[in-house]
Amino acid sequence: MKPAPFAYVRPGTLEEALEALAADPGAKVLAGGQSLVPLLSMRLAAPSRLVDINGLPDLDRVRTDADGVRLGALARHADVLADADAGRVQPLLPLALANVAHATIRNRGTTVGSLVHADAAAEMPVVLRLLGGSVDVASVRGRRTIAADDLFAGPLESTLDHDEIAVEAFFPALAAGAGVGFEEIARRHGDYALCGVAALVERDGDRVTVARAGYLSVCDVPTVVDLTPALDDGLDDATLDAAADLALDALEPADDIHATADYRAQLARVLTARVLRAAYDHAGSRRAA
Amino acid sequence: MTEETHDVRLHVNGATYDVSVPPRRLLSDALRHDCGLTGTHVGCEHGVCGACTVLVDGRPTRSCLMFAVSAQDTEITTVEGLTNPDGSLGPVQQAFLECHGLQCGFCTPGFLTTITAGLAENPSPTRDEAREMIAGNLCRCTGYQNIVKAVERAAELGSAT
Ligand SMILES: Cc1cc2nc3c(=O)[nH]c(=O)nc-3n(C[C@H](O)[C@H](O)[C@H](O)COP(=O)(O)OP(=O)(O)OC[C@H]3O[C@@H](n4cnc5c(N)ncnc54)[C@H](O)[C@@H]3O)c2cc1C
Ligand code: FES
Ligand code: FES
Repeated sequence: MKPAPFAYVRPGTLEEALEALAADPGAKVLAGGQSLVPLLSMRLAAPSRLVDINGLPDLDRVRTDADGVRLGALARHADVLADADAGRVQPLLPLALANVAHATIRNRGTTVGSLVHADAAAEMPVVLRLLGGSVDVASVRGRRTIAADDLFAGPLESTLDHDEIAVEAFFPALAAGAGVGFEEIARRHGDYALCGVAALVERDGDRVTVARAGYLSVCDVPTVVDLTPALDDGLDDATLDAAADLALDALEPADDIHATADYRAQLARVLTARVLRAAYDHAGSRRAA
Repeated sequence: MTEETHDVRLHVNGATYDVSVPPRRLLSDALRHDCGLTGTHVGCEHGVCGACTVLVDGRPTRSCLMFAVSAQDTEITTVEGLTNPDGSLGPVQQAFLECHGLQCGFCTPGFLTTITAGLAENPSPTRDEAREMIAGNLCRCTGYQNIVKAVERAAELGSAT
């Protein structure tokens, strides 16, 4: 299992990296390599050139302010997970990141790389989408911002053009009165999940004003469903069940070698109820605090 | 067609290795074939088993998921670098010996490096933390009970020194 030959460049500036990408239509970006290197070793991909962005300055930064958290392209999962400011402003980041692979993979894998890799079984793409975040991309042609809803084109396919490098991702802060929850079921802790659900709930007293849930490993792309209508009459076992029905109407759980569609639907149902309740309670505890 | 090669300077266990490698040379292969450090083992070669784990700038890293060209200017520690300066077994190695933490030993280099870094970060782990520390490494023969015991024993040995 060895990669096919490729040429390699490790530019020292973003401009050089963008030029190298633009000059070779067969080139690919190498970030943490935790998804790309296995694909190369299994010869599922054979780029003509790798543009290693690990030498670019300043991209490893995690910047947090009242608006939210900005992650540079070289911020490793482990660094983001350990960043207390980031976790305070957006608690869903550490909740979800703790489920991304094992610590050793998180030491090298980048959160931005995971977003661009656009795996429907990955945690952070669906988190970005649930929170309404975005990704800033650069190319020799200029810069643009891609909203999370426009980022995922299909299985393992983002809407970045070939010559674009994602330089930063933005995860908005958690609003006052809002709470989040995250749970997933995997055969072994650290594996890709059979099903995972992230939830965002906003409440006004006991009333639920917003309830949204994001699903990983259920559909071909990270999918977010608005469940607010099901919780109009408050949150109890019956309305949580109705919320799960609403979610399953919008999802199309698929069969694969890991789980049947029925089993996935059952996991999605159970996890939807759990994370909505957790997010509701979290919103309540933040108000009390 | 001749493949392009890159001159790379690797710093491994305090020694310097100047190697000339094609960009596709995995760090695991460079350590084993170009540096002759065969203590690092290669199991799955796609990041799952943990046997190839080395420390890159102190952090556990899958050497099968990194290219040697990308390792230029980093400080690498392999299992060969875990012995004491006098050549005797380091605390984690000693704990594996005492607790029967290995049988065939194939997975062991990855466990030793991972636990060394884990204890540097958390010198007195609870049993749950010890289990979490090794959760990304697979062992197919010893079973994990003795390996968890070895983590705890290594913590004792480490705090004694
Ligand atoms: C054993 C194992 C288990 C794992 N388990 C999980 C898991 O449970 N959940 C999970 O989410 N992930 C998991 N991963 C994947 C891991 O999170 C990766 O780190 C992540 O998916 C990709 O980030 P990377 O920096 O390693 O990207 P790379 O592997 O370097 O790149 C991935 C792809 O994205 C492109 N790319 C990366 N960065 C950029 C950029 N800035 N601009 C443009 N293109 C870019 C590359 O060209 C490539 O196509 C696992 C990996 C392994 C090996
Ligand atoms: S050989 Fe690298 S993780 Fe298995
Ligand atoms: S000792 Fe044989 S695989 Fe772990």
